[in-house]
Amino acid sequence: MAYSNKVIDHYENPRNVGSMDKDDTNVGTGMVGAPACGDVMRLQIKVSDDGIIQDAKFKTYGCGSAIASSSLLTEWVKGKSLDEAAAIKNTQIAEELELPPVKIHCSVLAEDAIKAAISNYKEKHGLPAAKKSA
Amino acid sequence: MKKPVYFDYSATTPVDPRVAEVMCTYLTLDGTFGNAASRSHPFGWDAEKAIEEARANVAALINADPKEIIFTSGATESDNLAIKGAAHFYNKNGKHIVTCKTEHKAVLDSCRQLEREGYEVTYLEPEANGLVDIEKFKAALRDDTILVSIMHVNNEIGVIQDLKAIGDITRERKIIFHVDAAQSAGKVPIDMQDNKVDLMSFSAHKIYGPKGIGALYVRRKPRIRLEAQMHGGGHERGLRSGTLATHQIVGMGEAFRIAKEEMAADNERIRMLRDRLLKGLEDIEEVYINGDMQNRIPHNLNISFNFVEGESLIMALKGLAVSSGSACTSASLEPSYVLRALGRSDELAHSSIRFTLGRFSTEDEVDFAIEEIRKHIGKLRELSPLWEMYKEGIDLNSVKWVAH
Repeated sequence: MAYSNKVIDHYENPRNVGSMDKDDTNVGTGMVGAPACGDVMRLQIKVSDDGIIQDAKFKTYGCGSAIASSSLLTEWVKGKSLDEAAAIKNTQIAEELELPPVKIHCSVLAEDAIKAAISNYKEKHGLPAAKKSA
Repeated sequence: MKKPVYFDYSATTPVDPRVAEVMCTYLTLDGTFGNAASRSHPFGWDAEKAIEEARANVAALINADPKEIIFTSGATESDNLAIKGAAHFYNKNGKHIVTCKTEHKAVLDSCRQLEREGYEVTYLEPEANGLVDIEKFKAALRDDTILVSIMHVNNEIGVIQDLKAIGDITRERKIIFHVDAAQSAGKVPIDMQDNKVDLMSFSAHKIYGPKGIGALYVRRKPRIRLEAQMHGGGHERGLRSGTLATHQIVGMGEAFRIAKEEMAADNERIRMLRDRLLKGLEDIEEVYINGDMQNRIPHNLNISFNFVEGESLIMALKGLAVSSGSACTSASLEPSYVLRALGRSDELAHSSIRFTLGRFSTEDEVDFAIEEIRKHIGKLRELSPLWEMYKEGIDLNSVKWVAH
């Protein structure tokens, strides 16, 4: 399969790889996917007291497009408010990375991952969960 | 060393230069370009002579009578002709077929087509090592079983089935036995006088011949009948009409002739390289060899690198041309159906890489591969949340995954 240059760039130089302490109250963790399906994404965000995402880290088991989708997302969410981050759509990721149709699910997974990380953070702080997106 | 280094000899092989040279003399005006079916002039006679020599070379590799060799466009066509042709011809005797879940798609999809036509097919589960259990095989046979199709060497994991044992059973029960030998000819000795296989499919491009040509062995004693799938001028004893592709056939003949001469030496050298590759990888943590290592061609190594997804590993190994599973199915996102049939978990099936070596593989190439793999496995595992969890001692089977 031919990958776009952007996918290759993120794959070869993934941004923000790593882990945060998932028990830290300022950290929200989202893990989506399943090994049996061939991809698992874990996205973590560190949120400041005024609700801004200060840092983001990821680890992904999956194909190059899955790795690139999560890497790109960590770049995008930094500096955003939780609501702004939750508004990122998979189509934006797919468009930016020029994902072929068979790889669209990787961008969907990335969107699910940030939403899961945000709800995990909100749960820790007793905030109302965001509306579930389809 | 030319990069990427080719480790996908089971997908196809380069044409041996000696084969290409011969083929070139059967194309142009000053070569033997005639139609082998032309009986009225030397152009036809010469082409026919070349084809009969090639047929004899193909037959010689498997110790068969040249009259038992039918040229086709490749192993896929041979499988179709054998399975549908035999099922259609012998359907008065029954409509039950036995095959195995790890067969090539050309066999499985031919069987599916027969199911749509009202035949019943039993798909055997192989053992965890990829081999068919003879007792389970026997138990699957019925009074109305007319055909068994079991491959000789598996394309993904390289394991060798026991054709002799299966053939003894099918012959005794008067069941026709077809074997897809696309991956075994030229790699494993085949002696048609010493087995009871009735139909056998071959491909030229897996053993340094050209693509687009193959053959079907059709046994004469006892005589096996088939219903033709391609109709026309009645070539190849009426079993496969169509003008014979002289240059392709001559190429296949030359490739089979060379294989007969060089198989033993090739195998010894390739086994040494494969074992070197295995030695260089087996001490990596959490690697699993797929398929039996004893009953296996020396050309194949299929390994699962746990916690690393196969496609991303292939992307990382851009200096190596390898595949995850077979080339015929790697466009899909499904994990290898062959590894699934062995009972491998989806995770391990998703993490598998097939290395296949061949006549032109070298020690330097193997050493380069080991170095590349070791480097990238580490990097990808650093990226893998599953690896991190494994290292923390978390049992991944106890995690509730959000499947999608």
